[in-house]
Amino acid sequence: MNVRITDQPFDPWAEVQARQKTRSDNSADIGATAVFVGTMRDFNEGDAVQGMFLEHYPGMTGRYLEKISADAEARWDLLDTLIVHRVGELHPADPIVLVAVWSAHRKDAFEASRWLMEELKSRAPFWKKEQLTDGSRWVEHNTPG
Amino acid sequence: MQIEVRLFAGLRERHGISVRELSVPENSTVREVWTLLLPEEPLPDNVLVARNMEYVDYDASVSEHDEVAFFPPVTGGAR
Repeated sequence: MNVRITDQPFDPWAEVQARQKTRSDNSADIGATAVFVGTMRDFNEGDAVQGMFLEHYPGMTGRYLEKISADAEARWDLLDTLIVHRVGELHPADPIVLVAVWSAHRKDAFEASRWLMEELKSRAPFWKKEQLTDGSRWVEHNTPG
Repeated sequence: MQIEVRLFAGLRERHGISVRELSVPENSTVREVWTLLLPEEPLPDNVLVARNMEYVDYDASVSEHDEVAFFPPVTGGAR
């Protein structure tokens, strides 16, 4: 399990590759890798969005993401999990979040990655403030998955 | 007893409070902490509360030196 919060841009595909290389064996036990990447859009609720500030609760965020990673590992048969989440100033097309799950079989990887993403969205302490052409606004609800 | 209260995001901006030391009676609930912090403002029912960085209900009680955080619905990840 690995969790990382960063205020720097990240390349989700390089993160997946680097994480997989940390496995000591030859990774031949992996049968499935499910990867979800969330990227910043330039529109929301009918408005053009120029940028975004992503605030979080330092300390609680990492602790919460580690908790749901451990819960997922207890519930499904997983080989590894990785969550990377951006905070701070973001621009459209920037990756915001990466959830990657490795398992022997696809069912575990698919289900665990979906579950992790939904848990993250509904409970992890992140808040988005969108910069619009005529000001800024806090986003106080999520779109349905 | 002394506790530390934190507000985040829209709540922080609306009330101009980021972090504040607060003196509260023994066995105060989280709801009572809110009222002591912001007597004029009823606790909105969509506000989330964490005690020492773990989610709790409004009826949870606090102890000396606890960190209590109030925040709006969260919006992480990708929408």
